[in-house]
Amino acid sequence: MTYLRLLYVFFRIGILGELAYRVNFLVQLFQSLLGLGTALAGLAVIFSHTQELGGWRQDELVTLVGVYLLVGGAINLVIQPSMERLIESVREGTLDFTLTKPEDAQLLVSAQAVQIWKLIDVVLGFGVLIVALIRLRAAVGAWQAAAFGVALLAGGAIVYSFWLILATCSFWFVRVENILVIFQSMYEAGRWPVSLYPPWLRFALTFIVPVAFATTVPAQALTGRLTGQTLSGAVALATVLLVGSRLFWRFGIRYYSGASA
Amino acid sequence: MRDLLDVYVQQFKTTLAAQAQYRAALVIWIIGHIVDPVIYLVVWDTVARSSGGSVGTFTTGDFGAYFVLLMLVNHATFTWIMWEYEYRIRHGDLSFALLRPLHPIHADIADNVSFKLITFVFMLPIAAGLAIVFRATLPFIPGTWVVFVPALLFAFIVRFLMEWTLAMAAFWTTRVSAINQIYYVAALFLSGQVAPLSLMPFPIQVVATLLPFRWIISFPVELLPGRLTPGEALTGFAAQAVWLAIGLALLKIVWRAGVRQYSAVGS
Repeated sequence: MTYLRLLYVFFRIGILGELAYRVNFLVQLFQSLLGLGTALAGLAVIFSHTQELGGWRQDELVTLVGVYLLVGGAINLVIQPSMERLIESVREGTLDFTLTKPEDAQLLVSAQAVQIWKLIDVVLGFGVLIVALIRLRAAVGAWQAAAFGVALLAGGAIVYSFWLILATCSFWFVRVENILVIFQSMYEAGRWPVSLYPPWLRFALTFIVPVAFATTVPAQALTGRLTGQTLSGAVALATVLLVGSRLFWRFGIRYYSGASA
Repeated sequence: MRDLLDVYVQQFKTTLAAQAQYRAALVIWIIGHIVDPVIYLVVWDTVARSSGGSVGTFTTGDFGAYFVLLMLVNHATFTWIMWEYEYRIRHGDLSFALLRPLHPIHADIADNVSFKLITFVFMLPIAAGLAIVFRATLPFIPGTWVVFVPALLFAFIVRFLMEWTLAMAAFWTTRVSAINQIYYVAALFLSGQVAPLSLMPFPIQVVATLLPFRWIISFPVELLPGRLTPGEALTGFAAQAVWLAIGLALLKIVWRAGVRQYSAVGS
């Protein structure tokens, strides 16, 4: 309960901080729409030459675009800015102040920065998802909806743990943010089903940079492609990574000695 | 002319040393420039294989060659000036450049070229690896290699002038990210990065021919495998010449107006 209240407070601060720059909302809205238009136009070009791509029809890939926007928006909303600030505060020594607070430090650093306008991507992604499902006339049953929710949560947990592990590395290495930039450009690959890629790339996108679990697996759930095996695999990996990143974080904290100490 | 050459040589030395220090930035740009073409290559390779081995005039091997070449040409001609200019103006770094007796674009060109001298050491083997993995087939036509070199050189110059001019939008606004995104989306579709232009809908092909995007990226890529008739190649060079003239003129006009507009922070 305290955790939810804390999250709410962080969001409120984020909103209040950004409300001073309202034009940013319009700029972000414009850029998000342009990004969506680019993705849809790209699909239109490809599907003017084919009926299906790796077994996916156009509207099914639009569903994937929706998931891509939704998850990408969530990452950029809170995970990425918070982790960037964590790395910065390790370098500048301001992490000391966070650690002295009487709350769980992992929670504090994970929600400390919110780029509130990225909510537009989340909303847009959700909208695209619904439109695509209506066009597919897909009867999304309770089971599928539940599987989608679980896959989305598992994917989010995997991406979060991945970022936390990388950001924790900043206790030992100074320039970790570069790896995070690389993740951002690899995330592009998640706009397409990973089954398209050659095996070596599919492996990298599943286990080295876990893009597959963030986008393809939830989209599979909605389009009736998800096997129970994949879903339980995603949940298992999410659990392992959540626990693992937690342990690694605590190990890192023990190593951290403050910038001037 | 001799003086200018000396300046370039000195700038090369300085920036080569500086860039060797920022290795992470090199890796980031390289990966960014590999991911996109590989994704579209995978997509078109899948389309070609599911429709009997080819789309339009492109076989799977042609797609491999096209996107690997596109990756190299795009990397050879790209600039990062549109992101840097805003920072320069906001932080007042431009003031120092203005004190020098030489137009600041020369330092940027030298910077850009030396950056690529380093990155191409990595880009070429990566391109070779991708060409093997995706079974790219490139017909060897000696004549097209001869014209490829000037086409690439002109593409680089025209793109540099254009992006340097566009970057000067930062003199008037600090919100350049939206402008940059419009530019990149236009380039994505009009310079053959999403798909070879001949596979694009006809209206887009017409627009691509009228605007500069095709001539700064896609033209050399189409030229090398012999996809263009001699007439089309000549048209391409003519278009590059026209855009070179337009680019130079615009650069001069906008630069003059921009510097007048510029006032360093704190003055």
